[in-house]
Amino acid sequence: MPDRFENLMPLSPRRAAVPLASSEPVRLEGVGFGYANRPDVLRDINLVLTRGSFHFLTGPSGAGKTSLLRLLTLSERPTAGRLSLFGSDVTDIADQEVHLLRRRMGMVFQDFRLLDHLDAFDNAALPLRLAGQRRSDYGNDVREMLNWVGLGDRITARPPALSGGEQQRLAIARAVMAGPELIVADEPTGSVDPAMADRLMVLFQSLNRQGTTVLIASHDENIAARSGATVLRLDGGTIREGIG
Amino acid sequence: MRLFPNSSTDLLPREAAGETWLAGVIAVLCFIACLAAVSASSADRAAQGWARQLRAEATVQVRPRVGETGPTAAARAAETLAGTDGVTEAVALDRRAAEELLRPWLGEAVLPDMPLPFLVTVRLDPDAPASAVTLSRALASAGLDASVDDHAQWRGDVERSAALITILAGFAFVLTAGAAAAAIVYATRAGLMARRSVIATLSMAGASDAAIAWLFQRRFGLLAAGAGAVGMALALLLIAGVRFLGGGAGLVPALPLAWSDALIILPCPLIAAGVAMISARLAALSRLSSPVGRERKLA
Repeated sequence: MPDRFENLMPLSPRRAAVPLASSEPVRLEGVGFGYANRPDVLRDINLVLTRGSFHFLTGPSGAGKTSLLRLLTLSERPTAGRLSLFGSDVTDIADQEVHLLRRRMGMVFQDFRLLDHLDAFDNAALPLRLAGQRRSDYGNDVREMLNWVGLGDRITARPPALSGGEQQRLAIARAVMAGPELIVADEPTGSVDPAMADRLMVLFQSLNRQGTTVLIASHDENIAARSGATVLRLDGGTIREGIG
Repeated sequence: MRLFPNSSTDLLPREAAGETWLAGVIAVLCFIACLAAVSASSADRAAQGWARQLRAEATVQVRPRVGETGPTAAARAAETLAGTDGVTEAVALDRRAAEELLRPWLGEAVLPDMPLPFLVTVRLDPDAPASAVTLSRALASAGLDASVDDHAQWRGDVERSAALITILAGFAFVLTAGAAAAAIVYATRAGLMARRSVIATLSMAGASDAAIAWLFQRRFGLLAAGAGAVGMALALLLIAGVRFLGGGAGLVPALPLAWSDALIILPCPLIAAGVAMISARLAALSRLSSPVGRERKLA
């Protein structure tokens, strides 16, 4: 792994044409959630993530980590309580407005969700392209980002040709490419070895130091503890404790 | 069959088999639609020609008065009509000419004893034809007992038949366009299903429903334009073949083809693309906003 991976991110976040950054990117008040005809997965969640904070969300399998992240990424709507993102109440947000908020977030999925028919460059550039930016404007930044995550020599490779660790780094590059105010990552170190996991954590910490709010869901409490971030423990559908 | 080169940066992956099938269906539908349009044009042209011919002629039947022979009355009627405005020529049909016309149907035996009407064939000025009323008045003024047939009934029948053919061809055109739209709606829905993981990723990365719908619009618009061009080219080949083999009247004299018919079908790729884009957009937006589509999009 190149040494540059240990360095701070050399790239200025590409925050352009977005509303003023909110001091509270995430606020949940008494939030509950359940899938149809099933017991509630989340109950009475009260949580505030301030701007520039770094949180880990841990808990056993089935605790509701992924469901909570799905609420934050607006894949689901709360069945109780109120959810605010970037200072706006989005509890009942219309589907047509969701994409505007998602452009202010970076998401890393457990299964990467890369587009197999696009090369690494176009996968990383996806949020910028969807935001209407031109290739000539973002080309250098994307190459710089891919260099920074150690994929500088894999720019033209498509995801199926990348290793699990490379795909993970590409997914993270895509998530941070547009300079999001909030990064939500679901088990981002789940498919990489411990050394790679630590390196990816350095990447998230670098972004966090630049003011990005980070929330990482992970069942690995050791890596959460090593990160020094605030740890939120989710158990039985509610947040039991906050450490850090 | 790949109608357009695959762009490595296209956000929507290609679904080779399904799109080839769809392109083939659209090409066939466009081919049929082009033939329907050409048929309509040809029928309309034929009807116009027949009606023009009928409008340029009239037939007058003269009934001789007491003391006047039929041929004399017919000759007098022809002379009267020849001097009427809107008439270019009036010729009395003599008995021998009338027998020549009837012989193929009646044979030799009965013709000599058969009473035949005394007719005058009138050629009218095509630019300002005299009306049946004008002709009747001129004959009455000349003291002739005659009736004028301006072929209005025949002309009406021909025009109605041509209008019916045109309507049927137009209906066939609309049906084929509708079938193309239905195929594209089906393909769009299938495409949304097949690419749901891609759509979920695009949605998570900040793509709006309209942006996702545009991807399908663009994809199927280009595909339909290409397939429409193929269908149009096949129709042009057929028209050219019919023209070359059959001359000016084509292989079917009743439905003459003209090179200008090619102009009618030139917009076919554009129309196909327009239908495809509208169908794809409506289908994609409808699917994305439905509960099932939302579940997939946000999966």
